[in-house]
Amino acid sequence: MRAYVEGVGLLGPGLPGWDPSRPVLTGEVPFRSAEAVIGASELLPAAERRRTPVPVKLALAVGQEAFRNAGREASATATVFTSSSGEGETLHHMCETLASVEREVSPTRFHNSVHNAAAGYWSIATRCREASTSLCAYDASFGAGLIEAVVQVVASADAVALIAYDQPYPEPLHSVRPILGCFGVAFLLTPEPTSRACAALEVALLPTEERPTRMAETGLEAMRRGIPAARALPLLATLARKTREGIVLEFLSGTSLRIEVRPC
Amino acid sequence: MQPLVISRFAGVNSLGIGSEAAARALREGRSGLVSGNFETARFETCIGPVEGLDGYRIREDLRDFDCRNNRLAQLCLEQDGFVAGVAAARETYGAGRIGVFLGTSTAGLHSTELAYRSRDPQTGALPADYRYAETQNTYSLGAFARRYLGLTGPGFVVSSACSSTAKVFGNAARMIAAGVCDAAVVGGADTLCLMTLYGFQSLGLTSRHPCRPFDAERDGISIGEGAGFALLERADRARPGAMLLLGVGESSDAYHMSTPHPEGLGARMAMERALASAGLEPRDIDYINLHGTATKSNDASEDRAGFELFGPHTPCSSTKGATGHLLGAAGVTEAIICLLAIGHGMMPGGVNTRRVDPALRSHYLLENRYQKVSRVLTNSFGFGGSNCSLVLGAAR
Repeated sequence: MRAYVEGVGLLGPGLPGWDPSRPVLTGEVPFRSAEAVIGASELLPAAERRRTPVPVKLALAVGQEAFRNAGREASATATVFTSSSGEGETLHHMCETLASVEREVSPTRFHNSVHNAAAGYWSIATRCREASTSLCAYDASFGAGLIEAVVQVVASADAVALIAYDQPYPEPLHSVRPILGCFGVAFLLTPEPTSRACAALEVALLPTEERPTRMAETGLEAMRRGIPAARALPLLATLARKTREGIVLEFLSGTSLRIEVRPC
Repeated sequence: MQPLVISRFAGVNSLGIGSEAAARALREGRSGLVSGNFETARFETCIGPVEGLDGYRIREDLRDFDCRNNRLAQLCLEQDGFVAGVAAARETYGAGRIGVFLGTSTAGLHSTELAYRSRDPQTGALPADYRYAETQNTYSLGAFARRYLGLTGPGFVVSSACSSTAKVFGNAARMIAAGVCDAAVVGGADTLCLMTLYGFQSLGLTSRHPCRPFDAERDGISIGEGAGFALLERADRARPGAMLLLGVGESSDAYHMSTPHPEGLGARMAMERALASAGLEPRDIDYINLHGTATKSNDASEDRAGFELFGPHTPCSSTKGATGHLLGAAGVTEAIICLLAIGHGMMPGGVNTRRVDPALRSHYLLENRYQKVSRVLTNSFGFGGSNCSLVLGAAR
């Protein structure tokens, strides 16, 4: 299955956007880990900006960057959101409240707790009525989103935006599910090459669990292993190098994804 | 889209264990809703619980997955010859060629609610036997079902609130069309938990009475729990009468996180797209199973969208007065009810609803209607403005 990459968005530790991160991913500039700075999204009305949870802001930021790089209108594009952790901070606060005597649940927090909160805010912010889905496959969540997005590109013969993101849980959940940092990545995928296309991806599901492609740089490799959404790093590095390469991304047990990347 | 055969389906909810139990209850006009609340929840409401989950045992090799949601999933997988159907498909296609695309809104969240009540008083740590990956993570349901059924194909869990298990029919259809797999298990489970009960109460959306969809006096939802699974295969060799997935339509409201678009724009778009995907016109649909949650705003916006598209004659009803709102499991449960409607030649009348709101213009059924049912449409709409409609039918 083939799709073309028309735009990329990226925000992670030491990776402040796709353009500034490319020399880090190619090794021209040394990687220095620094917590990702996730600003309020100008896509949202002022009243909404303050109360949107971090994963929503993260997803909106990388999604917006990918559309900006692609020069494409977000309001007409279907979306695939994927996250292993979802709305972890909101979940934590809800569970604390429910373990208390009063159980005074905040209605805003409740509607922000759904796994598709980012998708909901995105559609409101971009006025996009196209289809949107919100996936989870634990550590394989990025692979799940990628295969779903590429299948949608093929099925619809139209552009699809893939937005993957994770935020660490607060304690006590962090101890049982450690996620190293905030990481978001977005790809705008199209069925045909456009003037902005940077690469063609040929994606295949393998019926075997192959060893996933690793990052040569140890800090980036720790990030790849430590944040489910950062399983996208080998793909990002290949796109940054602008070379023709085949890589393997982790998927569900007993499977993997093979991606042939061809620059264009 | 290319139609797919629904070769097996299984359901469990407050109407009973196994999908025929639901057919019997609907025939009798019986509701599974009871006055009371779940676990330690103490406000006045009605719920639709599945009996027997507390003492139910998860298969020994999968005991790490033990939680209310996976218990309900396993109980459902054991019904209606579903495991045998999957085993036959595994023989035909191979375990790696069958996808598992499931939906849930809260997975095993109740395990985390209980764990937060048992935190270490000194360190705040969760109890040592708490299992995040197998119970709390949204994918826990998918990992459990994939292992329970011995399948190794592609998969993931869709969690788009109350449209989740409708949307998975679309995921499976696309994956099969793209050749990523040859067959797929779809569906999912959602169980009662404190977060959804107190959450919907905080929004003022839970009723103290058994919910009354489309009633003039409707005043909110009744939350239920349930699971449903369906096995989808290519329809090349569909026998006459075989159940088919004919169309899927998806859209977003782009309006509000927890309130539907007042004019039903997103809902209408999902229905139009489902019809287009099936190559059908509104007049081809015999019956509509509404999302019909019994909130003022949902029913009004869904009625408007449905009336504008179908007019005043297409019979429709919500079965949530019987099952309660199964949240993430509503989509597959109501798809199964539609298959039962086709199989039994019965359009279920809305249970609990006494007087249809005169402001609503759709042709809402209050009594069961017995006649041939060939093509049906079912709606599922969720928080975040996530909409999905399915068209189902019988092969000619």
